Amino acid sequence: MEWLMAIVIGVMTSAGVYLTLRARTFPVVLGLTLLAYAVNVFLFVMGRLTIGQPAVIDAAATGYADPLPQALVLTAIVIAFGMTAFLIVLALKARGEMGNDHVDGLHLADDERLVEQTPSQTSQETKL
Amino acid sequence: MMQLTAWAILLPLIAGFLLLFARIGGLRLQRSLNLLVVLGLVFISFELVKLSLTGVHQVYLSGNWIAPFGIVFVLDQLSALMLLITALLALGALWYAIATKYDQKGSHFHVLFQLQLFGLNGAFLTGDLFNLFVFFEVLLLASYGLLLHGNGRLRTKAGLHYVVINLIGSTLFLFAVGALYGALGTLNIADMAAKISIAPAEDLGLIAAAGLLLLVVFGVKAAMFPLYLWLPSAYSHTSAPVAALFAIMTKVGIYSIIRVHGTIFGIEAGDLASFYTPWVLGLGLITLLLAAFGVMASRGLREQVAYLVLASVATLLIGVGLNSPQALAATLYYLMHSTLIAGGMFLLADVISRGRGVHEDRYESAPIMPNAILIGSVFMFGAVAMTGMPPLSGFFGKVLILAAALDNVWFFSVLGVILVSSLLMIIAMARAGSLLFYRTQPVNVLPGEPLNRAAFSAVIGLLAASPILVIFANPITAYTESVAIQVFDSATYIEAVLSTPATQKAE
Repeated sequence: MEWLMAIVIGVMTSAGVYLTLRARTFPVVLGLTLLAYAVNVFLFVMGRLTIGQPAVIDAAATGYADPLPQALVLTAIVIAFGMTAFLIVLALKARGEMGNDHVDGLHLADDERLVEQTPSQTSQETKL
Repeated sequence: MMQLTAWAILLPLIAGFLLLFARIGGLRLQRSLNLLVVLGLVFISFELVKLSLTGVHQVYLSGNWIAPFGIVFVLDQLSALMLLITALLALGALWYAIATKYDQKGSHFHVLFQLQLFGLNGAFLTGDLFNLFVFFEVLLLASYGLLLHGNGRLRTKAGLHYVVINLIGSTLFLFAVGALYGALGTLNIADMAAKISIAPAEDLGLIAAAGLLLLVVFGVKAAMFPLYLWLPSAYSHTSAPVAALFAIMTKVGIYSIIRVHGTIFGIEAGDLASFYTPWVLGLGLITLLLAAFGVMASRGLREQVAYLVLASVATLLIGVGLNSPQALAATLYYLMHSTLIAGGMFLLADVISRGRGVHEDRYESAPIMPNAILIGSVFMFGAVAMTGMPPLSGFFGKVLILAAALDNVWFFSVLGVILVSSLLMIIAMARAGSLLFYRTQPVNVLPGEPLNRAAFSAVIGLLAASPILVIFANPITAYTESVAIQVFDSATYIEAVLSTPATQKAE
């Protein structure tokens, strides 16, 4: 079962890395989500894989599952969920403000020209 | 007195929620409440510094669970110092935001400001690695909101990059925490340090990998080469008060390296003792050179100050990488200086930008700004402090770091890089000053808004840290030395955290 978990985490991580490196914001969001899934499973596995063991004190138990990673994963899931929600809203805002969903906004040359247009025009006006 | 430690975290949290409801009472109420709380934080952190001077670690057990089981908050001299710098910087940034009415540009500025302080103070006080992650997320989420406060295309673009790289950093943090927990079976920093010396040899590789992964995470926060690319655009496109407050954010990364790596991989860590320091030192040197080039190449003052922040972070990394109590003492002196001065410079850049009207802070010929002589003198003062020329504190900080590097095998690289980068920065700042203040157009119309004196007092206040650090250099260096000695004495830290008993209920 360790092998299966390792492969699952590996595939999710590599897919996440691949998507995060894409140039559009939506795949980046998906990639970060996949990375978050991978790290959640990874954290969970770090308490070692045990089956059918209680996590809290039980008089009849012969052994225990590690309860701490479960608590950590719960926290990590909540945080990742909130962050993803924020990132989606931010990606939408960027899409609205920059005109497309490229992570760098418009083509770089257009971007520079837009920035430089305003001051150069006005400085000519002041010279006149 | 244990409770005072907890209050440094609780006060901004409670204030954040109160401010959310104070919106009904209007901006005036929010402003006075926020200012009052920040003043309260300054007072608390002064008290905590006094308390920590006794040299005893103040351990606060949350929920009265004893140390490796519950979450602990540990106040030592280093945390107290960081709290004090944060509170002072926050006071300056907040005063500037209120004086320029920047907080009107969107809702919840004050709420986010307090939550940011909550995250920062928590990160400086916690003694638990996972709790550190949680506080990192708190301060990051608040910083996302603050960074995007107000509007602008470039700000959104820089914000998107900043958010994505920090989310990746958070994921890596969790991987590192998970691996360390898997190998050591604990998350308490003191307990990890105690367990690492008895860890089986086959686990050492895993622990070292996790430790370096943590270094990457803190490197993202501290903007270490090659992870610094987000910093210049994020800092130069956000608003001045937020950029000033963010001067402490990179120092959170430095603090975490000192605290987490310094404690876990301290002298008693066996084979892994200080294995990370060559990385920190080498990458710090590269970062410093690149930052100096960035300062030279900047096209606007805010971008230039952002690169100067990067240079100061790199100098701090070098100091941490030298790994001796003497070097750490020098680093902390430089940290105090660079944080407050960088905050002041970001505010000053905004003052200049407002005075120049449409030309903002770009290096191009513009009509003379109002009060040019006063602003120019303050700029000169700030530039001298920031680049490390005598007689101001930047010079003393760099001299102390170089003096501490004398015995190191890397001494000549450190000497060369620090001196060459300082020279480049001096040239660049001299050029910036003459472009902004001398190459002016003879036009009778004043282009920008007149000087906002209330806002300018925040700049003066933050820059005043430099002469204070020089005049009281002797007691302050004595203090940083005692901080450094306490940090290097990790055995006492471990002992203090693990042996604090739970308080008994009064019968």
